[in-house]
Amino acid sequence: MLPILIRELVEKKHWLTEKEIMDYFAIGQCTPGVIAVNTATFTGRKMRGNIGGIVATLGIVTPSIILITVIAALLKGFADNVYVQDALAGIRVAVCVLMVNAIIKMVKEAVVDLPTLIMYIAVFIFSAFSGLSPIVFVIACAIAGILIKLVFKYKGREKK
Amino acid sequence: MNVLLLFLRMFFEFFKTGLFAIGGGMATVPFLSSMGAETGWFSSKELADMIAVSESTPGPIGVNMATYVGYVIGHGQGGADHPAMAGILGVIGAIIATLGLITPSVIIILIVAHFLEKFRENKFVEAALYGLRAASVGLITSAAFSVILIAIFGIENISLWQSAVFDIKSIILAVVIFVMSRYIPKVKDWHPIFFILIGAACGIIFHMSGS
Repeated sequence: MLPILIRELVEKKHWLTEKEIMDYFAIGQCTPGVIAVNTATFTGRKMRGNIGGIVATLGIVTPSIILITVIAALLKGFADNVYVQDALAGIRVAVCVLMVNAIIKMVKEAVVDLPTLIMYIAVFIFSAFSGLSPIVFVIACAIAGILIKLVFKYKGREKK
Repeated sequence: MNVLLLFLRMFFEFFKTGLFAIGGGMATVPFLSSMGAETGWFSSKELADMIAVSESTPGPIGVNMATYVGYVIGHGQGGADHPAMAGILGVIGAIIATLGLITPSVIIILIVAHFLEKFRENKFVEAALYGLRAASVGLITSAAFSVILIAIFGIENISLWQSAVFDIKSIILAVVIFVMSRYIPKVKDWHPIFFILIGAACGIIFHMSGS
């Protein structure tokens, strides 16, 4: 998705510079929501103000709404078909592997020192076994991050 | 009326997901998994199917997930006797869920855009993110863990781990795809959809649903 945004917005349309889109991706990483959606909001706002931001955002989600609705409807219609069931059973296994791959990549970026390793393992175990809302962990770790970095002045291993 | 209330609640639940899921599409998975468990709107098994479809279609995964989940919830309100009604409610559900997911991020981005540089260099933002990234990956790992339990070992709930059926076909397929997608040169750079297609083909050939 992100390479397509670069090609369309920077190289073809010249709506953004390379630096602007990199900033948007970076901020998308650290604000809530989907990065591609955030980038659309930024771009629309830059071109035509707040209304532009909203219009661009609706633009980027429309294909998903149409395509996914059609697929969901088709799958519902064929849910009892044995081939569909078999295919889905195999697909679920493939998805597990893809998730594990994605997680390995994310762990490498997020777990950079001892405190983040402890937070990672603690969140994993408590959320797997406690049934607490993910929101609790998100807020707790944001506070922990501020305490560790700013109150205790933990330096850790420098990244890069 | 009930349907209206349900759609309102759905918008609110997806709004929460959009507000707290930080770090891209996969970050929505733990929130959806907890939403399914709390509301009973969909099972973990359905969630696994929805992740599969979202990964293998174009568009941001987070948005695809919201659309799909919204469709399934809306559709469930129509009842089996009224397929046309179920379809319409499904489409409305898909739109509401997607709007719920993106509303908080649109508001936040429109605000953040005013002080772009300062936001990135703010030391509080940086310190909070340091913790948030670890939390986000921890939550995703935990959600993936429960999907893996159900998809590969057939365990619906951790407390029922004794019920595990060691489905040898699923385990072999998982190992094969894992090795292909990580260690085999060239193959490991394939688009995820190819691994999903391999999964589908093996599922049909080896009759993996077992029903």
